[in-house]
Amino acid sequence: MAISKRYLTSLLVGTLAATPALAADPVKIGVSQPLTGAVAASGNYVTNGARLAAAEINENGGLLGRQLELIIEDNKSNPREAVNAAEKLILRDKVPVIMGAWSSTYTLATMPKLEEYGVPMVVETSSSSKITTAGNPWIFRIAPTSAMEAQAFAKNLSSFNPPIKKVDFLSVNNDWGLGASQEFEKMFKANGIEIGQKETVAPDTVDLSAQLSALKDTGSDTLIMTSGVEQLTLGIRQAAEQQLPQRIVTTGGSFPEPLLESPGPKGYTSSHLLFFSPWTPESAVHPEIAGAFVDAWNEAGYSFPGLSEGFRGYDGIMTIAAAIEDAGSTESEAIRAALWNVQVEGVNGDISFFKQGPAGKESGQNEPNVYVVQLKDGKVSAQ
Amino acid sequence: MAEILQHVVNAMVLGSTYALLGIGLTIIFGIMRVVNFAHGELYTLGAYVAYGMVALLKLDFFSSILVAALVGMLIGALIEYVFLRRKDLKNIDEVMLIMIGIMIVMQNLELMVWGGVAKIIPTPFSQDPIAVASVSISPTRLFVFSVAAVLLFVFYLGIERTRFGLAIRATFQDQDAARIVGVNVKRIYTLTFALGSAMAAVAGALLAPVFVATPLMGDLASLKAFAIVILGGLGSLGGAAMGGFLLAFIEEFGAGYISSAYRDAFGFLVIIIVMLFRPQGLFAAKERVG
Repeated sequence: MAISKRYLTSLLVGTLAATPALAADPVKIGVSQPLTGAVAASGNYVTNGARLAAAEINENGGLLGRQLELIIEDNKSNPREAVNAAEKLILRDKVPVIMGAWSSTYTLATMPKLEEYGVPMVVETSSSSKITTAGNPWIFRIAPTSAMEAQAFAKNLSSFNPPIKKVDFLSVNNDWGLGASQEFEKMFKANGIEIGQKETVAPDTVDLSAQLSALKDTGSDTLIMTSGVEQLTLGIRQAAEQQLPQRIVTTGGSFPEPLLESPGPKGYTSSHLLFFSPWTPESAVHPEIAGAFVDAWNEAGYSFPGLSEGFRGYDGIMTIAAAIEDAGSTESEAIRAALWNVQVEGVNGDISFFKQGPAGKESGQNEPNVYVVQLKDGKVSAQ
Repeated sequence: MAEILQHVVNAMVLGSTYALLGIGLTIIFGIMRVVNFAHGELYTLGAYVAYGMVALLKLDFFSSILVAALVGMLIGALIEYVFLRRKDLKNIDEVMLIMIGIMIVMQNLELMVWGGVAKIIPTPFSQDPIAVASVSISPTRLFVFSVAAVLLFVFYLGIERTRFGLAIRATFQDQDAARIVGVNVKRIYTLTFALGSAMAAVAGALLAPVFVATPLMGDLASLKAFAIVILGGLGSLGGAAMGGFLLAFIEEFGAGYISSAYRDAFGFLVIIIVMLFRPQGLFAAKERVG
């Protein structure tokens, strides 16, 4: 008797679980970020930003009258794992839309899966031009391409004194780093600036001293460094240790946060291209949105410099939420169509997509804002 | 010229820590014939123990390295005592699986406890580099090199000049003979594993302040340690020390003068060449296998 009772209960539970989605089911958004591995710091910041956006949306009544739920997957700073994460989000969690995957390499690895399953992805960070020109109609990028970043930097060239005359490059050896050095090289050449030596470094390398020693006597005045938080921190520290004469400018929007707490030698200055400067939120396009985001971030107890990347997650989720509201549906195809029409006021500025890539299979690309800040003795100022 | 000297300085610092890593791995292999896949995790353990001591418990930097060595020793002894003591070490497959399992568990524990974001370990040293002409080195790196050099020397003396070292060498050469003349081989095993693990932990505690501590730092360290040991000859202590410096010089000069994109490839290219012409490694005597 007891057995049959248990059998009945399990049957009942099974039936309940198999009931089709109720109206109160949450709206799911997948998030694929590097929460561990070589660029874990950035991935965690972006994810925290996404969490704040979700909390804000839920406080204001959710999406389509339902709660918003983020399904967060760790892509482990690894393109293979990024593919697994996307597949898990799509097949097991059945998310209709994804935000990810931080690095260009992870995003490029994920892209064929989006096409295979017909799921749109809002790309919050990656900057390789290949992403929006590959002809993947499921891609909507809110982050700037390296080319946009280089053009924005060109407008700031006059803020450097003494002026930039010759530049070297130290780039992480992946789609992002190599793409950035190419685009910046073009921009510098167009502005009559000489190109010196180009060095690369594997994504997980911690000792950059060989590369830096090779750059020591090139006669350049500026070194353009492209990598994640961890490697930027190591690179700037080690460059200072080796007394590299070049000034360092970092690209890609990552900020070497640990240098705030343990700065390098006194007086050592570096410049950083950011897409949001939490030190100067008043300079953002929508200061009130930027200010509110900074407050929410601080209230949640997240590390302050993480804001420079955390905003990407916030803007990404807000963009997806706007598309879902507009679509009035949680179908992937409807969300994709709606993404073309979004007009979001984000922390970085206004977000909307224009078409890029081969006709008929265009990807969406946004035109974000770029800021340059200066780091000296653990203090940040606008440049 | 200045660039060459700078590369030499860089390679010496890197080589000294590579040597520590390599010796820790090779002594365990040489004596127990155990391929310690968890070596990199003991390196990571050392780094995080140092971080925990300095950043969280506010212990001074130098004591933290000592604590890291002791914890490494303890964990190493525990691994040997709990997982290997009752195993037939000749059963290579089983022992290898055990070591890989320990590696995976340790790495995930580190992830769980410390999170994925890299940690910086503060040191009492000045951030300003010491510069002679145009060659410069940070005080932290100089300290790392000095400690590693002293440790290598002490280790050498310990093996060559003490009774314990004699027992280790005897076990190394012929276990049965060592047992017959009264060496407690089981105890030598535990001590060897503890010592090898402590070397890895010290390397981690020394290097983490120069770089950063992350849960996955052991992967690269393990790979390098294996490369060093294979280069020098499996089980050869002198070979591991020389192999460490050799690998550092190859990487440093390959990256500096040929291409930094293939920095890690140069090391392995040389290893492949060595394997082709001297399969026993550069510094090991030939031995029969099987």
